Amino acid sequence: MIYDVIIIGGGVIGCCIARTLSKYDLKIALLEKEADISMGTTKANSGVVHAGYAADRQYIKRHLSIHGNKLYTQAYRELNFPFQRIGSFVVAVEDSQIKDLEDERKKGIQDGVPNLELIFDKKRIKHMEPSLTDDVVAVLHAPTAGLVSPYELTFALAENAAMNGVKFFRSHEVVKIKHTDYTFSVRTLRDEFKCRNLINAAGLYAANISKMLGLDYFDIMPRKGEYILFDRNAMHLNKILFPIPTVVSKGILVCPTLHGNTFVGPNAQNITDTEDTSTTEAGLKEILEGAKKLVPNLPLRASIRNFAGLRAVPNTHDFIIDNTDVYGFINVAGILSPGLTSCFAIAEKVEEFLELLGVVMKVKEDYNPIRPRPERFKDLSKKELDKKIQEDASWGKIICRCEVIPEKEILDAIHAPVGARTVDGVKFRCRPGMGRCAGGFCRPRVIEILSRELNLSYEEVTKKGEDTNYLICHTKDLLLNEINKGEEAE
Amino acid sequence: MKTFEADVVIIGGGSAGMAAAIEVKNAGLDALIIERDYELGGILLQCIHVGFGLHEFGEELTGPQYAQKFINQVNELEIPYLLDTMVIEFTPDKTVYAVNNKEGLIKVESKAIILAMGCRERTRGAINIPGFRPAGIFTAGQAQRFVNMEGYLPGKSLVILGSGDIGMIMARRLTWEGCEVKAVIEINPYVSGLIRNQVQCLEDFNIPLILGYTVTKIHGKEKIRGVTISKVDTNFDRIVGSDRFIECDALLLSVGLIPENELTLKAGAKLSSNNGPIVDNNLESTIEGVFACGNVLQVHDLVDMVTAEAKRAGEFAIEYINQRYGKEIKREKQIKCVPGENVGYIKPDLVNVLDLSKEIMFTLRVKYPDRRIQIQFRDKENNQLVYKRNKVYVIPSEMVEIKLNLKENQIDPGCQHLIIDVVPRPEVLIEEE
Repeated sequence: MIYDVIIIGGGVIGCCIARTLSKYDLKIALLEKEADISMGTTKANSGVVHAGYAADRQYIKRHLSIHGNKLYTQAYRELNFPFQRIGSFVVAVEDSQIKDLEDERKKGIQDGVPNLELIFDKKRIKHMEPSLTDDVVAVLHAPTAGLVSPYELTFALAENAAMNGVKFFRSHEVVKIKHTDYTFSVRTLRDEFKCRNLINAAGLYAANISKMLGLDYFDIMPRKGEYILFDRNAMHLNKILFPIPTVVSKGILVCPTLHGNTFVGPNAQNITDTEDTSTTEAGLKEILEGAKKLVPNLPLRASIRNFAGLRAVPNTHDFIIDNTDVYGFINVAGILSPGLTSCFAIAEKVEEFLELLGVVMKVKEDYNPIRPRPERFKDLSKKELDKKIQEDASWGKIICRCEVIPEKEILDAIHAPVGARTVDGVKFRCRPGMGRCAGGFCRPRVIEILSRELNLSYEEVTKKGEDTNYLICHTKDLLLNEINKGEEAE
Repeated sequence: MKTFEADVVIIGGGSAGMAAAIEVKNAGLDALIIERDYELGGILLQCIHVGFGLHEFGEELTGPQYAQKFINQVNELEIPYLLDTMVIEFTPDKTVYAVNNKEGLIKVESKAIILAMGCRERTRGAINIPGFRPAGIFTAGQAQRFVNMEGYLPGKSLVILGSGDIGMIMARRLTWEGCEVKAVIEINPYVSGLIRNQVQCLEDFNIPLILGYTVTKIHGKEKIRGVTISKVDTNFDRIVGSDRFIECDALLLSVGLIPENELTLKAGAKLSSNNGPIVDNNLESTIEGVFACGNVLQVHDLVDMVTAEAKRAGEFAIEYINQRYGKEIKREKQIKCVPGENVGYIKPDLVNVLDLSKEIMFTLRVKYPDRRIQIQFRDKENNQLVYKRNKVYVIPSEMVEIKLNLKENQIDPGCQHLIIDVVPRPEVLIEEE
């Protein structure tokens, strides 16, 4: 079997490309090295859909993000992922910063960012965002900026792509690529795949993949960003709050999430280890101090989690989206912020490249762009809920009490196209363990459900794939081993 | 939707809920227990060690034995209970909504509600330990459930952060299973659990207890492979150069318990600084007819204390139904109890002026250990000492109970705030209690 297109990387970019191409009559596969899609940079970032004015005009990422922002409207209607345009503030706390904001506003409007507004009226600002520091002198308001749950977007993309025929292969780390006779042979740790066109959306590992084909023209360095998450309802923000940006990042945000939490972060540290998603004492301190400049009264006691994500930073300072010298090989690399914003625009770009490569792009008659909204307990009225439970008793069995998740939602997450295989997979799809108890109550039950549904022993149920099992053996096994060893010795 | 009626709905079928329900039923009123797990008993069921019941029954029982005594009484009294049933909401008019997979949505109309939802464990996020997020990090109670209820081990060589009671008990439990407990790490210069657990669970098994240290980094991206521990100064900041690496394949956290009050908050009741509902001397929350007891109100040292408090909550609910329910009675003036020097919190938060002649049970926890102290109740308005009691020592892990009749102690009727301090004993020597 030779695929028309193979995509390497199951992050938001890879899955968005897969879903975009799934409307065509093409044989498509996606390879992901982790046990689940969406587990790299995609799962640990700010989840902000930027208005698009922030990047420099010379960069393609500015134009892709302005366009990409607009594409969210239709995608949201089709894919039913959590998304809301709540608007963002860039906050000036000194008069000297106002000029920069005014420049941004002018350029943004010229380039098609809608309704950018510079607000000086402190009363109005505080009315729009009461938590904001009293030091504010002006804000740049971008009403089209929004929040998205990046992993839920990615699961939606993957599900819809799979519904339309894309094959997903998880735990398939690519180790070798050969290109002969216009065919790529892609060897993973488990299998070998063949394809005519190969798309590299491998995120932090994109340079390694490119080098496998002898294309050594860019590098990707990880840049770590740490976050602290606060409990639901610990505070309420109306807007995404940015400080004045620096050269390396948009700064430390204070930001609500679509699930009612608030987070602060990220900082920006250049590191060398692409696996280093550890948080640090100094980093956590840094983000709290940074965040306090925007919102002085942070609910520190309500912190429920800290985590770090890695941005894939290219040495070219811009997205690398290239039809390369190797015929049929497309690089989609260095997609850091505003990459999430740009994903639909990037996928359009890849469509164009494939057309240029002569791929026949015929839309399938049975293409269905709609991924139904996952049914959520919390969205149901009491009457609807009662009806649901009568139809399916698993709606009435609550597994996670912090987030109020019934067994039904977990079963749906497991049995969805490209469904959950791990505890993290369940957690990121439908939230058991995301709450304040961090899985203290529900984890044993989620393990039990995964074990039952996927026919695994308890010891085989993992957090996030190989070597991440929670339980090591039955009670008494260690003692029995000791006794057996003793007997053998005798 | 299935509808039930009961005089009193008890949310939670653990030690607090069962004791309260029995009290209510014995007074001839209808009680209904709603429990989210598939059996009654609550957290006691996973506490298979002994040490329960010395006060209540005068004998040493395991958790399940202690629970069974109450389960038997619930059954004998034919108190109805719903299992596998999660309360999703209750309202100030005492309507309770719950779901389960048999009846679907359930609505219970009642006259009074007793909150007995217990508490949950603090997690890594709550204490913000930096590092990776690998598999192999458990709260102590979660590990206890895996070992005692599910029959699985979380690791072979473990580090336990925090010297809470569950952590120390798990140190012993896992040692019995052939695991190596490398150390119990405690950030404070003193143990946070009971002294008897320090002796019976750690010292008797030669498990190292490292005081004044905390875990400052978690190593291992997939599975935990060790922790860095560091000495801390008096502000709990890491002392540079004191880092030590300890290899382990699991980390257990025993870093405190928090009353579980999401439902309480949703209903509009107010919480105090310990995350328990604000209650008056009748254990009545800021919503009339809604009472609280057990660990949902305050985390107790012993289940026996939970039982005693729950019985009182039951009595107060009965009294409410018999004397006040359905009547337009204006809330009387209340005195605020304010935690002062070295007092973490005090219960009740409010004292009804009308009840000043009653004996009131005050409970408090200190913030830090101290010796030769005096507990003082002071009227803020006239700065008069209303009551004082000497104690040889106080520690945060031991709740202080004081039964007090404020009228007999000549409290000024104009008092609005009662400040409670735990301070060094004045030099004048008074007989110790």
